[in-house]
Amino acid sequence: MSANLVALWYLAASVCFILALKGLSSPESARRGNVFGIAGMTIAVVTTLAIVARGRLDLILIAMVIGGMIGSFVSRRVEMTQMPELVAAMHSLVGMAAVLIAVAVVNNPGAFGEHDPLPRVNRFELFIGSFVGAVTFSGSVIAFGKLAGLGKKFRLFSSAPVVFRGQHPLNLVLALVMIGFGFAFFLAEGKAWTPFLAMLGIAFVLGVLIIIPIGGADMPVVISMLNSYSGWAAAGIGFSLNNTMLIIAGSLVGSSGAILSYIMCKAMNRSFFSVILGGFGAAEGATAADAAQKTVKSGSAEDAAFLLSNAESVVIVPGYGLAVARAQHAVKEMAQKLIAKGVSVRYAIHPVAGRMPGHMNVLLAEAEVPYDQVFEMEDINSEFGTTDVVLVLGANDVVNPLAHEKGSPIYGMPIIEANKARTVLVNKRSMAAGYAGLDNPLFYMDKTMMVFGDAKKVVEDMVKAID
Amino acid sequence: MTGTIDPTVVNLVVFVLAVFVGYHVIWNVTPALHTPLMSVTNAISSVIIVGAILAAGPAEVDFGSAMGAVAVGLAAINVAGGFLVTKRMLAMFKKKPRVEKAAEKK
Repeated sequence: MSANLVALWYLAASVCFILALKGLSSPESARRGNVFGIAGMTIAVVTTLAIVARGRLDLILIAMVIGGMIGSFVSRRVEMTQMPELVAAMHSLVGMAAVLIAVAVVNNPGAFGEHDPLPRVNRFELFIGSFVGAVTFSGSVIAFGKLAGLGKKFRLFSSAPVVFRGQHPLNLVLALVMIGFGFAFFLAEGKAWTPFLAMLGIAFVLGVLIIIPIGGADMPVVISMLNSYSGWAAAGIGFSLNNTMLIIAGSLVGSSGAILSYIMCKAMNRSFFSVILGGFGAAEGATAADAAQKTVKSGSAEDAAFLLSNAESVVIVPGYGLAVARAQHAVKEMAQKLIAKGVSVRYAIHPVAGRMPGHMNVLLAEAEVPYDQVFEMEDINSEFGTTDVVLVLGANDVVNPLAHEKGSPIYGMPIIEANKARTVLVNKRSMAAGYAGLDNPLFYMDKTMMVFGDAKKVVEDMVKAID
Repeated sequence: MTGTIDPTVVNLVVFVLAVFVGYHVIWNVTPALHTPLMSVTNAISSVIIVGAILAAGPAEVDFGSAMGAVAVGLAAINVAGGFLVTKRMLAMFKKKPRVEKAAEKK
């Protein structure tokens, strides 16, 4: 195949990838979008296989079949609550693949149609692609460990921020040393393995150090950020291989992750840098202490069911606690019963409900909640004034009215305005504070009734009580 | 101005334009589909598999092509896993005839 023909096929694949992302603008077009994505990938792979047709196709095909089998096995088995872990693991694979390709380029530039020894410009690009890949890999491994709850076995994976003295200066020094080795690699003659490998080693360590100080509550930002990194790593490799398709695909993914990070930071009212520097939740712990004196009204699931079935409009605010208790199906059953009685039921989703962007939507979709009943925070917030009953299930910080009070640590964070409804029902396991470590005035309001207990148990009791 | 354009400059042009396209396309993605967006972008960034195939390509197997073959395997996990799990998630967002479906189950 001529180089021009290859470039044109790669162009077709790039267009397919853009269409795949464009499809995600609505659930109806999204499935077609995914088909475009698969088509683009097929074009890209087949074209590349044609280039290396005279080489070791057997080796490549065996690797592809093994990888493909593992991938499809995992994709069938993974639980929807485990999506954040899966995505983190997949980011680490992209990062590692980028590193391995970079090693192969240094070893034999000729295989990629590059000059041997590698020209300076390509070395610079290779440096960027490989260190971003290495940081993505080790950072994602740590993120995976934190999300999968491996913190009990290894302190490195603790979901509480791991901080130590001199952490930031250490990171800075390591980053500078890494850039130094990168520079040496750029200037050296021949293959220059030493500076290249030293640079990679430091990048792996940096990836670990960047992610360990970030606490569990900030995981949605971390995943989005690593998503972005994996894209930039792919783009960097694309630069060094002069492959426009890789650059395009990498940039699409890179900007996607960056935008998601921005959305998540905004939803948590955190600046990107404060997330990166870590340590959230450690300092504010003291404020929850004075909660004990105030009294809350608590009621049974039956009382709650009575209120719900006599309401005209109900809004359900699900939080991650709901997913942990696996109560989605029970909630959906309850909603169906209420709808059958003529109650209008809607769901209000905060952008950070769940552990990754859009997680709660997927969990509700899995429970077969029709997506036209599910509303984003900004679309439904204006309607709480006319809502009879709000049912908060396993959410806390995202409905905390302190966000409207100046001087509170979460001041300015966008919240679901559950406090404006006529009656508020809150299900929680106990009065413990949320991720932010803050007390929640919503729980003490006159119109609020707390229903303590496991979300699944409570909702199932409600379902039984509604008739 | 004479001479040919350096490929790096062409790459830079493509890169900047692609970031713009990405920016505009991603802001149009509905927040409800942000998780599928992440899994599909994962699959798309695994197009890095083309680099891995080139690395594993040479007829003579050496250290570099072994690295390439491993990279092909890793990227293939992502390609298959990413697209399939996205497909699985998107299938859940299908509009369903609610009442009839519930009746069928019982």
